[in-house]
Amino acid sequence: MAAYSVTEHYYDVVVVGAGGAGLRACVGLAQKGLKTACLTKVFPTRSHTVAAQGGISAALGNMGEDDWRWHMYDTVKGADWLGDQDAIEYMCREGIPAIIELEHYGVPFSRTEGGKIYQRAFGGMTTRFGEGTAQRTCAAADRTGHAILHALYQQSLKHKAEFFIEYFVLDLIMDDEGACVGVVAWCLDDGSLHVFRAHQTVLATGGYGRAYFSCTSAHTCTGDGNAMVLRAGFPLQDMEFVQFHPTGIYGAGVLITEGVRGEGGYLVNAKGERFMERYAPHAKDLASRDVVSRSMTVEIREGRGCGEHKDHIFLHLDHLDPKIIAERLPGITESAKIFAGVDVTREPVPVLPTVHYNMGGIPTNYHGEAIAPTKDNSDAILRGVMAAGEAACVSVHGANRLGSNSLLDLVVFGRAVANRAAEIVEAGASHRSTPKVSLDKALARLDHFRHAKGRLPTAQIRLNMQKVMQNNCAVFRTGAVLEEGRKLIEDVRQSMSEIGVSDRSLIWNSDLLETLELDNLMAQAIVTVAAAVDRKESRGAHAREDFPDRDDKNWMKHSLTWIDDKGHVTMDYRPVHNYTMTNEVEYVAPKARVY
Amino acid sequence: MVEFALPRNSKIGQGKTVPAPAGAKRPKRFQVYRWNPDDKKNPVVDTFEIDLATCGPMVLDALIKIKNEVDATVTFRRSCREGVCGSCAMNIDGTNTLACTKAIEDVKGDVKIYPLPHMPVVKDLVPDLTNFYAQYASVQPWLQADTPNPTRERLQSRGDRAKLDGLWECILCASCSTSCPSYWWNSDRYLGPAALLQAYRFIVDSRDEYTGERLDYLEDPFRLYRCHTIMNCAQTCPKGLNPAKAIAETKKLIQQRR
Repeated sequence: MAAYSVTEHYYDVVVVGAGGAGLRACVGLAQKGLKTACLTKVFPTRSHTVAAQGGISAALGNMGEDDWRWHMYDTVKGADWLGDQDAIEYMCREGIPAIIELEHYGVPFSRTEGGKIYQRAFGGMTTRFGEGTAQRTCAAADRTGHAILHALYQQSLKHKAEFFIEYFVLDLIMDDEGACVGVVAWCLDDGSLHVFRAHQTVLATGGYGRAYFSCTSAHTCTGDGNAMVLRAGFPLQDMEFVQFHPTGIYGAGVLITEGVRGEGGYLVNAKGERFMERYAPHAKDLASRDVVSRSMTVEIREGRGCGEHKDHIFLHLDHLDPKIIAERLPGITESAKIFAGVDVTREPVPVLPTVHYNMGGIPTNYHGEAIAPTKDNSDAILRGVMAAGEAACVSVHGANRLGSNSLLDLVVFGRAVANRAAEIVEAGASHRSTPKVSLDKALARLDHFRHAKGRLPTAQIRLNMQKVMQNNCAVFRTGAVLEEGRKLIEDVRQSMSEIGVSDRSLIWNSDLLETLELDNLMAQAIVTVAAAVDRKESRGAHAREDFPDRDDKNWMKHSLTWIDDKGHVTMDYRPVHNYTMTNEVEYVAPKARVY
Repeated sequence: MVEFALPRNSKIGQGKTVPAPAGAKRPKRFQVYRWNPDDKKNPVVDTFEIDLATCGPMVLDALIKIKNEVDATVTFRRSCREGVCGSCAMNIDGTNTLACTKAIEDVKGDVKIYPLPHMPVVKDLVPDLTNFYAQYASVQPWLQADTPNPTRERLQSRGDRAKLDGLWECILCASCSTSCPSYWWNSDRYLGPAALLQAYRFIVDSRDEYTGERLDYLEDPFRLYRCHTIMNCAQTCPKGLNPAKAIAETKKLIQQRR
């Protein structure tokens, strides 16, 4: 291996990722006076939070009566009882001040007549424990993610947070006691390598939507932090739960917000039927996402799909007042025009369920501390690692996330991480010497791929992986198809030994970058399929046709997946927290989930 | 007599040409600017012929196809692929825009792709935007107020909120600033349309109480007044925003307070 010179930096805390969760953590850490570095592979406002459209939920009650307990009930039910109720309580209660804080940061929320934050209806959000429809989702037109991400970046400028932009983090550095002491990163701009030492490393690296062929996720959504945790020998949680958003634009996969249905839009099949009335008589088009995606898939399967190939569904909003569309849904109006050639005020948008969100990720508690379960303690802490946002599995979303709960997750747990780090990190505490074994391993991995001379280009292997995931681990699953997927994905993994990279430079080598990202995706794809094979029930986004019912007796537990460097997956489980955080609210006992 | 000549390394040579695969149904030529920081060579323009029958509709789709199937060393930024993150701003067919929302069929003849003009190039289509970001930060683009925050949200009328429309949607792609001749000549001191648009976004926010200080900072022969209403910014903005108008409004506010 070529000798790489490495520059060392010393911080109290390092945050990896500058999306909503990473930036909110940075702002909080800077406010608490901890010396913090934020490492990000893209300029902060390019992070995928920017693409969030519909809004951020919290029971502000600006549009009618509301209560965070109802929000909690909806979230528990949306999660199909796989969420940890202490964490869900924390999120729904803390969501209210967290959003007020965002307004104080300057987020340009849309407003009500009275000048308060405008809130719209969203899937699964109800009042009085399922009775009525709640308007709980705070919106800045249909560009809420953009509004929040930019405001958080602006706040981090205000608080003089230190950014290392276009630095790609290669791996965690672990000491011989199994604690994380920082990260190794590659600066794309000049090709230099860096070690960032930190007492806590916060992984806010987002989801891994790009493991699939068709997703709403950005090209950069490769779950790098998840993969680092796996490589360090620790498990990911609930990886079988992959959310398909009902309304990705047919073909392009670009997102059309659920807010369209929140504002009165609806889905129809080829016969012009509002079919959701059959599947969810009460909530109809505003049932939770897994339910709507499955219903659409059934309609298409049974020959009622729209278009020449009967392979998609129409989303109508052409009956809405064009003034309302212009004011509240300008972003998707533009997307539909550009990517589907559709004028939404006149014609329906062709849509299809599209991979959108990963409920699974790095297990954490509601402080954002990563969990490394032991035999005696399923809540044991992985020292030195914290996680927030889509990378984390707190778990507040359980088996299925409700729309507009992810932006909430970002700010609530980004904030929680900062608060916790301030409690457990002593500012300016010294660092022991950097463990060489761990550093050398990370550099060897970089060097290996940099000089890879195999016959298969990265893009080819990536496409093979994405097709397996799309075909064998989709909306509906069966044991046989999943088993086949397990074999196919193993073949793809083995083909990594024949990978070839053509760019050998270290300066902005995006060929190498994509290869490292592919390696990250691969590990997550494998554990996703393995966990899906393993879970023999249907719950939330995991719909097994061979096990169509939820099985609380055997499966009300989080899955844990480890993977070794030969691709072997080990499974275990953790109990779901079936208790609340305080006695301000009661535990929501499991019952049948109907919308 | 003084001899004027461009620096040696500014001359762009002709690079390689890769023809479309045999049997291509709808071949189209893409001319892509290439510069590699590792060798000391001049930049070149490579020509890639792509079969549009097997390519997505946008220029970014073609670039990704080139990178995936023809030459993996072609380097460019991209992320969201839906026109909201601002990563893939570049000069296409003579105009700064986002590769992900620029339809290939809108370009007559060969598709010429260059990095954003007049910026230092890091590699191929990747410009160095450090100065651009620093200028954005220099306008203090965050809400400033001395009145203590209420316990709930600050109220803002729908009319006041509407004043922010057309301003807050900026994605910082730098298409506008790098299309502005005034910015090309004076980017060391002129803030450029993107930063000025964001300065105005806070000036007109009814919740911000630092209008005076913000105008003080901008009232400068260079920072603001190098805008000569050329209007390239408004012409090129891929999000349909109008920075020139925001600049004009700012000048008006400065005039009014005199």
